[in-house]
Amino acid sequence: MWDYTEKVKEHFLHPRNVGELEDANAIGETGSLNCGDALKLFLKVNENERIIDASFMTFGCASAVASSSALTEIIKGMTLDEAAKVTNDDIADYLGGLPKEKMHCSVMGKAALKKAIANYRGVQILEKPGELVCECFEVTDLEIIDAVKENNLETTEDVTDYLKAGGGCGKCLDRIEEVIASVKAKG
Amino acid sequence: MKVIYTDNNATTKVADEVIEEMVPYLGQFYGNPSSMHTFGDQVGKKIKAARQQVADLINADPDEIVFTSCGTESDNSAIFSALNAHPDRKQIITSTVEHPAILNLFKFLRDKKGYDAVFVPVDKQGHLDTDMLYNSLSDNTAVVSLMWANNETGVIFPIPEIAKKVTEKGILFHTDAVQAAGKIPIDAKAANVDMLALSGHKIHAPKGIGVLYVKKGLKFHPYLIGGHQEKGRRGGTENTVSIIGLGRACELAAAHLPVMDKEVRQLRDYLQDQLLEKIPGVSVNGDLENRLPNTLSIGFDAVEGESILMLLDKEGICASSGSACTSGSLDPSHVLLAMEVPFKSAHGTIRFSLSHYNTREEMDHIVATMVPAIEKLRAMSPFWKDGKMV
Ligand SMILES: Cc1ncc(COP(=O)(O)O)c(C=O)c1O
Ligand code: FES
Repeated sequence: MWDYTEKVKEHFLHPRNVGELEDANAIGETGSLNCGDALKLFLKVNENERIIDASFMTFGCASAVASSSALTEIIKGMTLDEAAKVTNDDIADYLGGLPKEKMHCSVMGKAALKKAIANYRGVQILEKPGELVCECFEVTDLEIIDAVKENNLETTEDVTDYLKAGGGCGKCLDRIEEVIASVKAKG
Repeated sequence: MKVIYTDNNATTKVADEVIEEMVPYLGQFYGNPSSMHTFGDQVGKKIKAARQQVADLINADPDEIVFTSCGTESDNSAIFSALNAHPDRKQIITSTVEHPAILNLFKFLRDKKGYDAVFVPVDKQGHLDTDMLYNSLSDNTAVVSLMWANNETGVIFPIPEIAKKVTEKGILFHTDAVQAAGKIPIDAKAANVDMLALSGHKIHAPKGIGVLYVKKGLKFHPYLIGGHQEKGRRGGTENTVSIIGLGRACELAAAHLPVMDKEVRQLRDYLQDQLLEKIPGVSVNGDLENRLPNTLSIGFDAVEGESILMLLDKEGICASSGSACTSGSLDPSHVLLAMEVPFKSAHGTIRFSLSHYNTREEMDHIVATMVPAIEKLRAMSPFWKDGKMV
């Protein structure tokens, strides 16, 4: 059984801010049914770019639900600029930590937030820019590079823990290794 | 909190009768069954009796029973023995839905030892593609290994029929009967199998004791080479206590077969019908007819298995999931994927596996817990709206 903190269990059993937000003016979606977890984040942003309300709908394991719940609690009241600085570590820390293999749940929260902010600002994030590395979980080289840099990831297992990439058929593991090496080479 | 245990394909409660049988041999009677003194020999006699009890469960001769440390050891020794018997043959055949005890061994033999491993697929109901199996058989086939019943779905392979066709061609046949034993009648002789694996902890004996049936006359190449124990087929001083417990457990299992077939089956069907009736977007995995009477693998659309298990756990209900999140792997179970169970329900699959210790009240409690649990999770799922998948 996973070693979840009391906070994770509590946020799973009593998630905050569940459901669609009727008058949301920013939405960010990430994940898919095939991948085994997905998050739809709703924000209500006022004219000063402050998040006055947030809610979520999540399909996934207990830590995915808890991470989504934590995310909405963290960002409520923040300006979009402040929210843009929230990291996946902030989400995990808020919950007293996540099992290493479950870090991808916090990464999913961060990804949905990024998309919601872009959605509000009318910025087009190119869908999945970069070259597809992991077919099973639809992860690109650019996403791997970002995650490696932001979280100081060292090994392919780290990348799987944070992005799931490599955790399916495993045929992309060599390519992930190369991407990690290229980041480390650049320092 | 009272525990409701419906995870009997993972492991089972050690029966009180089994514990009672074992206790004296854990303390007072610690002798070595091989010793040349009465003190040790009384343990030896008890093991002889246990060997008979095990043999009776699967219609074997006591001489055909080899005690091992677990189902995994039985599976591994069977395959290695077969390979040693035919060092010139380089093809090995199994199915895509085996337990890791066989599946990972075959992958190891393929990747590290250069064997040509064939993984025969199953259809959506979990039936083996026997045409492909028979077409794959050749002079180069060293062994065919197929499970008698699947641990996740309970689907039963027609082992006697397959074993006949395989052995007629002079090819060795092993079956992993770990899940079938004690749940459906098994007749090793009539089934014509060369080797057959059992595990104690699935039939109300302790963990860490297994059996390999080795057909009379078959040349066996031991996996653990050592003393003369088990007639030289498995070295190492016997796990006397567990063997004695397993003997009693096999005797009880044989007596309980009619209960499995009737009462346990009725309980399982009741649970299945109630869940299907009270919750929309539910599907049962695997062939409903050719299935162990105690097993229910059931998928709930648009929700994830680990979340369901956590809500069940809160009520003291023990079950398993076919989902990725619980196992540490990221894909849903290889069995569900091999059966092409759609992702929408594969991630939300729960396995309930019953025993004769379960009651109707427990089934009612499970249903009463599942209904609001699924509702709660669907209320937060982005893939569920207005009573259906979106
Ligand atoms: C079909 C099957 N084979 C083999 C095993 C392994 O048995 P053991 O745990 O005794 O090694 C199991 C148990 O999980 C099983 O279900
Ligand atoms: S392609 Fe990455 S795990 Fe399959």
